[in-house]
Amino acid sequence: MIAAVETLSSGWFLEHAWLIPIIPAVSFFLIIFFGKKMPMKGSEIGIASMVGALVLSAGAAYQWIQRVDSAPSKETFISPVVRTWNWWQNDGFSVSIGQHIDGLAITILVVVAFISTLVQIYSVAYLHGDRRYTHFFAALTLFSAGMLNMVVAENMIQLILGWEIMGLCSFMLIGHWWEDGANSRAALKAFFTTRTGDVGLLVGTSVLYFSANSWTQEHLGLSGFSIRGLSAWALSGDPSSAAITVGAVALFIACIGKSGQFPLHTWLPDAMAGPTPVSSLLHSSTMVVAGVFLVARLYPVFFEGLNILGGNMNLIVLIGGITIVIAAALAFVQNDIKKVLAYSTVSQLGYMMMGLGAGAWLPAVFHIFTHAFFKACLFLGAGSISHSASHHSFDMKKDMGGLRKVMPITFTTWIISTLALCGVFPFSGFFSKDEIIDNVGHNGYNLFMIVGLVGAFMTAAYMTRATYLTFFGEARGASAGEHHEEEHDAHDSHAAHDAHDSHDAHDSHDAHAGPRESGWLITVPLILLATLAFSSGFLNALPFGEKWERFKTWVEPRSEVVLDSGSMASGPGHAIAPVRPVAESEHGEGHGSVCGTETPEEGTCYAPSLNHAKFKWSKAMLSLLIVAAGIVISWLICVQLYTRKNAKLVGLTARNKLLGAGYLFLLNKYYLDHLYEKVIVRGIAGPIARGAYWVNQNILDGIVNGAGVITRKSAGWVYRNVDQRVIDTTVNGSGAAARGAGSALRPVQSGKVNQYGALLFGAAAIGALVLIIINT
Amino acid sequence: MDVFRDQNWVLSVGTFLPLAGVLVMLFIPKAEEQLHKLVALVTALATLGVGIFTLMQFNYDNADKMQFVADHEWIPVIKSSYLIGLDGISLPMYFLSMVITLLVIIYSWNHIPNPGNPKAFMILMLVLQTGMAGTFIAQDLILFFVFFELVLLPMYFMIGVWGGENRQYASLKFFLYTMFGSALMLVAFLALFFKTGAESFAIPYLVENGGAIAKNTQVWIFAGMFIGFAVKVPMFPFHTWLPDAHTQAPTQGSVILAAILLKLGTYGFIRIAIPTLPDAAIEWAPYIGLLAVIGIIYGAFGCLAQTDMKRLIAFSSVAHMGFVMLGISTLTTFGLNAALFGMVAHGLITGMLFFIAGSVKERYHTLEIARLGGMLKQMPKLGWILGFCSMASLGLPGLAGFWGEFPAILSAYNPADGLPVETFRTFMIIAALGTVLAAAYLLWLFQRTAFGEPKAEFSGHGGHGDHGDEHSDIHDVNMFEWIAWTPLLIAIVVFGVVPNLMFKVLDPAVAVTLKAFGG
Repeated sequence: MIAAVETLSSGWFLEHAWLIPIIPAVSFFLIIFFGKKMPMKGSEIGIASMVGALVLSAGAAYQWIQRVDSAPSKETFISPVVRTWNWWQNDGFSVSIGQHIDGLAITILVVVAFISTLVQIYSVAYLHGDRRYTHFFAALTLFSAGMLNMVVAENMIQLILGWEIMGLCSFMLIGHWWEDGANSRAALKAFFTTRTGDVGLLVGTSVLYFSANSWTQEHLGLSGFSIRGLSAWALSGDPSSAAITVGAVALFIACIGKSGQFPLHTWLPDAMAGPTPVSSLLHSSTMVVAGVFLVARLYPVFFEGLNILGGNMNLIVLIGGITIVIAAALAFVQNDIKKVLAYSTVSQLGYMMMGLGAGAWLPAVFHIFTHAFFKACLFLGAGSISHSASHHSFDMKKDMGGLRKVMPITFTTWIISTLALCGVFPFSGFFSKDEIIDNVGHNGYNLFMIVGLVGAFMTAAYMTRATYLTFFGEARGASAGEHHEEEHDAHDSHAAHDAHDSHDAHDSHDAHAGPRESGWLITVPLILLATLAFSSGFLNALPFGEKWERFKTWVEPRSEVVLDSGSMASGPGHAIAPVRPVAESEHGEGHGSVCGTETPEEGTCYAPSLNHAKFKWSKAMLSLLIVAAGIVISWLICVQLYTRKNAKLVGLTARNKLLGAGYLFLLNKYYLDHLYEKVIVRGIAGPIARGAYWVNQNILDGIVNGAGVITRKSAGWVYRNVDQRVIDTTVNGSGAAARGAGSALRPVQSGKVNQYGALLFGAAAIGALVLIIINT
Repeated sequence: MDVFRDQNWVLSVGTFLPLAGVLVMLFIPKAEEQLHKLVALVTALATLGVGIFTLMQFNYDNADKMQFVADHEWIPVIKSSYLIGLDGISLPMYFLSMVITLLVIIYSWNHIPNPGNPKAFMILMLVLQTGMAGTFIAQDLILFFVFFELVLLPMYFMIGVWGGENRQYASLKFFLYTMFGSALMLVAFLALFFKTGAESFAIPYLVENGGAIAKNTQVWIFAGMFIGFAVKVPMFPFHTWLPDAHTQAPTQGSVILAAILLKLGTYGFIRIAIPTLPDAAIEWAPYIGLLAVIGIIYGAFGCLAQTDMKRLIAFSSVAHMGFVMLGISTLTTFGLNAALFGMVAHGLITGMLFFIAGSVKERYHTLEIARLGGMLKQMPKLGWILGFCSMASLGLPGLAGFWGEFPAILSAYNPADGLPVETFRTFMIIAALGTVLAAAYLLWLFQRTAFGEPKAEFSGHGGHGDHGDEHSDIHDVNMFEWIAWTPLLIAIVVFGVVPNLMFKVLDPAVAVTLKAFGG
C-alpha cells in the first residue's frame, strides 16, 4: 500500500507546470517592445504563447490523469505536484514561489489556456484595424499570465500576485477605448470595486498566516502562506474557531468583489464597456471565476471557518443564493445583449458560490468548467452579431431581430450554448447546474435548492427573451440595413469610429454591406466552443452511471488521511516528498473518511470528506420541467409582446403602478449603484475628503502658521527688549548645540531665518539644560 | 562590537566627493552653463562609481555588521568623533541617494527651472548629496545631526529660489518646521548623551547603554527624537509643510525630497530612536502606529480633495509614509524590513511620479487636473509611464510598492511582545482599507489626466488650427527623460519581482537593531 502511493506517476509536464504562466509573461514583454514591428502587430506572439500554454496544460492534464490512474484505489489521496523556490526572506522565514498542481489547477489551466487561445484568434478579426491593436494583445496576454499564475500558485502571496495582475489587465482592457468617458469610468469602477474586496484578501491572508504558521512549520515544514499547509491546518483541529472564521470571511469578501457577487456585483455589467473578446474571456469565463476558484482552492479553510456541513445557512451559500436571483431578475430588463449575458454570468457565478457554500465542491468546479465554454461562446456570438450584422450596436430591441437566417453559424452556436446555459438535457449545463441544485438540497440546504430551481426558471426565461429578440421576429435597425451613425451605444462605438477614421477598406465592407455571417476567424472559435458547450458535460455525466464520472475521479481531492513523511524539501527542482497513507482506515467507502468532521488522531487531512447526492431521474425531471416551462412561457410572452404587440402586455408597466415600480426598481439595479456612487464614493471624495482637507488647511496648518506669526511677533519683542547678548550667552553656554547650529546657520544670509534659527536653537539649548537638571 | 575596518576610505570618498565637484565649480564662471552641468554630471557619475564599488565590496554575509568603519577624533571637547560605517540598513538608502542625485542631474540637463543659473543649482544639488549620504553613514549623533541639518540648507534655497509662485512661504515653512523638529531632536540627543554618562556620542555606545536609562526619562527623550523625526517623515499631524514644499519646489527638489529626504526621518527612528531607547519605544509604539494609520487614511482623503496633480502626489507621500511608520511601530523584524523596503520603494515610485509631474507641467504649463486629459493620446509614452507608476504606487504585486505595503500590513497583526495586539490588529484593518483609497485617488488621477480626449485648449488642432504652434511644447518623453527615468522604472520592476534583493541585505541588520526586543 505504502509503496504503491509512492509510485504515483508524474512526468515532465506536471513537474514543469510552472512554465505555463511564464510563457505568456515573457510574451507580454515581447509584444510591448517588439509587437509593433511584427507583421501581425504582435498578435502572432500572443497567439503563439497561448498555444504554447495550451500544449503544456494539455500535457500536464494528460499526465495528471495518468497519475490518478496509477493510484491503487479510488480513495487514495493523490498528492498534488508541488514545487517551490525561495522567493524572498524576511525575518527568518521565507516566502516561496512555485506550483501546486492538482485536479482543480489542471482544470482551470486547461480552460484558461484554451479560451485565451480562441479569444485571441477571434480578436485578430474583431479588432482588425484598431488603433491600439498591439496594446490589446499585450494586455490579453498579460492577463493570461496573471490568471495562469494564480491557478498554479503554491501559496497565497503568489496567488495574490496573479489576482492583482488580473485586476490590472481588467482595468486596461475595459478601458481599452478610453477616449470615451463611459469606458474609462467603467474601468475605474471595476478596478476600484474589486480592490475594495481585496482588503479582505490582504487581511484574510495575514490572519491565516499568523494563525497557521506555527502549526504548518511544525507539522509540515511549510509556511503559513502555503495552500497545502493552510488546507491541512484547517482540518487539523488546531485552528481556533475565531481565527479561521475571520480568515475565511475576510477572504470571502475578496471573492465577492472579484466574482461579482452581491453586493459588489455592480462593476461586472458595467465592465461590458470593454471590447467583446474581453467580456468573453475576462468577464465571463475566466477572471471572474477567480473568486470561486479561491474558495475551491482553500476549501478546507472555508469548510471549517464557515461550518459548511454543519447547518442550513452560511455566508457563502447566502451570498450565492441572493446573487442568483437578483442578477437573473436584472437580466430581464436589459436591452443590451451583452448586459443580459453579464447578469447571466453574475447569476451563474452565484450558482457556483452557492454550490461551494453548501458542500457541493465538485459540481461547482464542474460548473466553472462547463460555464466557461458556453458563456464564452455566447459572448463571442454577441460580438459576431455586432461585428457583422448590427453595425457595432448591442441593442437587441433597436438593432437586432431576425438574424437567424443571415447568420446561421452564429445562430446555431448561440442556440447550443443557450440550451447549455439553461440546463437542458443533454447539454453541458445540465450536468453541472443540476448537480449543484441536487447536492445543495442533499446537504440540507433546502431553501437554497428552491432558490436554485427558481434561478433555473429565470435563466431559461431571460435567455429565451434574448434569443427571441436577437434572432427571431423581424429585423430592426442596423440589422435591417438601416444606418444611424450617431446613435451607437456608448460602448464599442470606438470600433466603429476607428473603422471610419483609419480603415476605409474595413469600413466599406463593414458599414455599408448589410448583415451577414462573420468570417472564419470568428466562426471557428464559435464552433469549437459550441461543440464543447454541448459535449463537455459528458465528462461527468452522472445519469449514465459511475463509469461516466471521469471528472470526479480526476479532479475531486480525496479526503484520505495521510502521514506526511517529514519536512518538505525545498530548493530548485525538489518535489515535495510523497505522502503515505495512515494504515487502512476502517471507514470503508470514500465519503466515510473522518476528514472535515473530526480531527484525525494521526496524519493529515487535505480535503474534507464530502458525499454526493445520488442521481435520480425524478429530481432531474423536475428541474427539466421547470426549465421547459421557463422557455415556453417566456417565448409566448415574447411573441405577444414584441411581434404581435398585444395591447394588454405592451406598456403594462406604465399602466400598473405596482409593476411600474418594480420595473423602475430593476431598471435602477436596486439603486445599489446610486448608493455606491452617489452616496459612498461621492461622500468620501466630496464632503469627507474636502472636510479633511479643510481641517488640514485651516486647523493643522493654522496652528503652524499661527505659531509662526506668534514667533515672529515675540521675536520682534525679544529683539527690541532682550539684549542680543542674552541669546549669544545662551547659545555659547549650550556648547554642542551652538557648534552644531553655528556651522549650519552661518551661511544663511536671510536675516529672518538666521534670527529664527538662533532663537530656536537657543530655546533648544535651554530645554536641554532644563531636562538634564530635572532628571539629575 | 564586531566591525569591518578595511577599506575605511570608501565611505568618506563616496560622501565628500560631491564637494570636490563643488570646489571645481566655484572657480568656473557662471556663464559657462554647459560646463557646470558637465562637471556636476561627472562628479555625480564618479560618486555613483564609488557607490557601486561600495556595493561590490560590501560583505553581504555580514550585512548585520558595520562595514568600512572609520573612526577619527573630531571634537574631543564634547566627545564626538568622526565615526562612520555602513550596514544592511544604511546600504540601500545610501546607494539610492547617489542614484537619485545622478538621475536628477541628468534630468536637469535641459530642465533647469527658472530663473536659471545652473552653477548655483548644481552646486546645491551636490552639497545636498553629501548631506544625504552622510546622514546614512554617520554613526555618531553629532555627526548625524550635522549631516541631517546640512541637507536643509540646499533644499531651502532650491525651493526658495527655483520654486513656484509661493516659494518664499513654502521654503521658509519647510526650513523652520524642520528646524523646530531638529531643535527638539538635538535636545533629546544631548539628554541621551548626558544620561548615558556623557561618555560618547557614538551610536553603538548609546545603543549599549541607552537601555539602562530609567523608563520615564527614556520616554521623554524619545519624545524629543519623535518630534524631530516625525516632522521629517512627515507623520500626521506634522505634515503640513510637505504639500507646500512639494508643490512649490522645482521638479528636481520634489524628487529628492520625496525619494531621500523624507526617509531621513524614518531612518532616524530605525537607526537611533528605537535601538537606543527600547523601553520608550515600546511605550510610544502604539501612538506611533495610531498616527501612522491616521496618516494613511488622512493622507488619502487629502489626495482625494486635491485639484492639483503635484499636490496630490505630495499628499500621497503622507499616506505611504504612514505604511512605513506602521511597519516601524510594530517593532518586529518583519515590520522594520517592510518599512525599509517601503522607504526605497516609495523613493523610486514617488520620485518617478514627481518627475512625471514636472514633465507634465513643462508641457502643459499647468498641473490643474481638471484642465488635463487625454494625455495618452497626445503623449502615449508619458501617459503609460504615469499609469505604470500609479499602479506601482497603489501597491500592485509584482512591482516594488507592494513589498513595502503588504508586509507592513501583515506585520501589524503580530506586533512585538509588550505591544497591545488588539490595537495593532485594528490598525491592520484600517491600513488595509487605506489601500482601497490609494487605488481610488491614483486611478482617479490617471483616469482624469490620461484617459479621454485632450482638452480643447491643449489639443491645438481640429477646429482651431491656428493655435497649433502654441502647443509645440506637448511632445512625448525626450531623451534626457528616458535616461533619467529608465533606471527607476527598471528598479521598480526588478525589486517587485525579486524583493529578496533587498530583504536579504536588510534582514540581518534589522535583527541586530531589534536585539533589545528579543527579536
